[in-house]
Amino acid sequence: MSEVAEKVKSIVAEQLGVKMEEVKEDAKFIDDLGADSLDTVELVMALEEEFGAEIPDEDAEKLTTVGEAIKYVTEKAAKE
Amino acid sequence: MSNNRRVVLTGVGTITPVGNNVKDFWEALLNGKTGVAHLTAFDPSPFNSHIAAEVKNFDATRYMSLKQERRLDPFVKFAIAAAKIAVEDSGFDLDEINRDKAGVYIGSGIGGLHTIETEHAKYLNTPDENKAASKMSPFLIPMLIVNMASGLVSIELGLKGPNSAAVTACATASHSIGDAFKIIQRDEADIMVAGGTEAAITKMGFGGFCALKALSRRNDEPEKASRPFDRERDGFIMGEGAAVVVLEELEHARKRGAHIYCELLGYGMSGDAYHMTAPDPTGSGAVRCMKSCLEDAGLNPEEVDYINAHGTSTPLNDKMETGAIKSVFKEYAYKLAVSSTKGVTGHMLGATGAAEIIACAKAIEDKVIPPTINYEYPDPECDLDYVPNQAREEEINVALSNSLGFGGHNVSLVVRRFTG
Repeated sequence: MSEVAEKVKSIVAEQLGVKMEEVKEDAKFIDDLGADSLDTVELVMALEEEFGAEIPDEDAEKLTTVGEAIKYVTEKAAKE
Repeated sequence: MSNNRRVVLTGVGTITPVGNNVKDFWEALLNGKTGVAHLTAFDPSPFNSHIAAEVKNFDATRYMSLKQERRLDPFVKFAIAAAKIAVEDSGFDLDEINRDKAGVYIGSGIGGLHTIETEHAKYLNTPDENKAASKMSPFLIPMLIVNMASGLVSIELGLKGPNSAAVTACATASHSIGDAFKIIQRDEADIMVAGGTEAAITKMGFGGFCALKALSRRNDEPEKASRPFDRERDGFIMGEGAAVVVLEELEHARKRGAHIYCELLGYGMSGDAYHMTAPDPTGSGAVRCMKSCLEDAGLNPEEVDYINAHGTSTPLNDKMETGAIKSVFKEYAYKLAVSSTKGVTGHMLGATGAAEIIACAKAIEDKVIPPTINYEYPDPECDLDYVPNQAREEEINVALSNSLGFGGHNVSLVVRRFTG
């Protein structure tokens, strides 16, 4: 697993108070990991903080699974 | 309005500076083991007081999910824990009650000060204002608003009846319990989970009370700093924690064979209309609230055996409250037992009234009166029987609790041994 993926997963686990092993790539933040709408806002902020990137609201809305977040952050890092 | 509905206390829960359950709390009160010590949450040396009564070894994850533990303000966490302890103690089955008639009424004097300070510091420390704005936590508002303790307890327990919160400084928990009592009397609920919570030992909260010159400066002897009614008292000690009771309509409690601690008989309140922080020295506000409480209960003053005083250990409060008790009870004031348990707990502010009504309930049940500790030098202006230093074994039937808050909010509650 890439360093980015590992980092994203640990942020998700920390933010949502779930165990690392539950944070699978196909896990949905809301349906599988118990996040509510406020959690997802804070989660995106934590990702921005960690990766020094800005995630516009229209992009953030599309990030519904762990895998999508990893892919998004990885691509974003590659562009910069 | 029908007032036939009687209200009894069937569950108690506490998170306090002397223990995170009722057993430890009660034993500390009886043994006079104080929770006051050197403040540890931050370095208090810039302030004029260095001491506090802090909650110790609190493990929030015993009562809520990791996610809640991580994001909630301490005042809400204390409330959830105390409420769950009280509900477990009352023994009602959440799946068998009518949740629409089970409500929550838990207030806080100050609310989410930890959250306000942390988030404000984050904002100010972000040099770019656009960035600072985009970094605002979505939890800032929900975590700081005072009613969120009541809101989250209802969510955690699934209680869908009346839900509100009193905010009256040090009278908060007593107003919450009194209002909840009336809600059950009015038949708007059968069960109310009621009390108060506080977690304001932060630099701003502590520093604010220091600036008011309200806190004791007996920094070298923290264990002796909270000394209600003693001549050498010099201020209160900031405490924290939560205390919650389960109030229940009598027939509802009887039907399920609940353990009944005591009956809540009366609730009185008044306003000083005098000063923001100083009590009215004539004590007329405290007199009126004790009188209206006794009237509500249908009791004569001579029927009261014990008063758990507000007794903050400030020069003004203890003198005024003593005078008020004498004014209500006349000569009988010298015959009844009066104690303040704040020598042990410090001043739990918005939680204090609930902790103290629990002390009254336990005193009735265990037939023992908790003492006023650190009582060494009699004050000629405070000349009642304060049950000094040693618990007193005595069968008491009626106990009254006073709570008097900044803003001139006065509350009295009275409970009586339940005999059927």
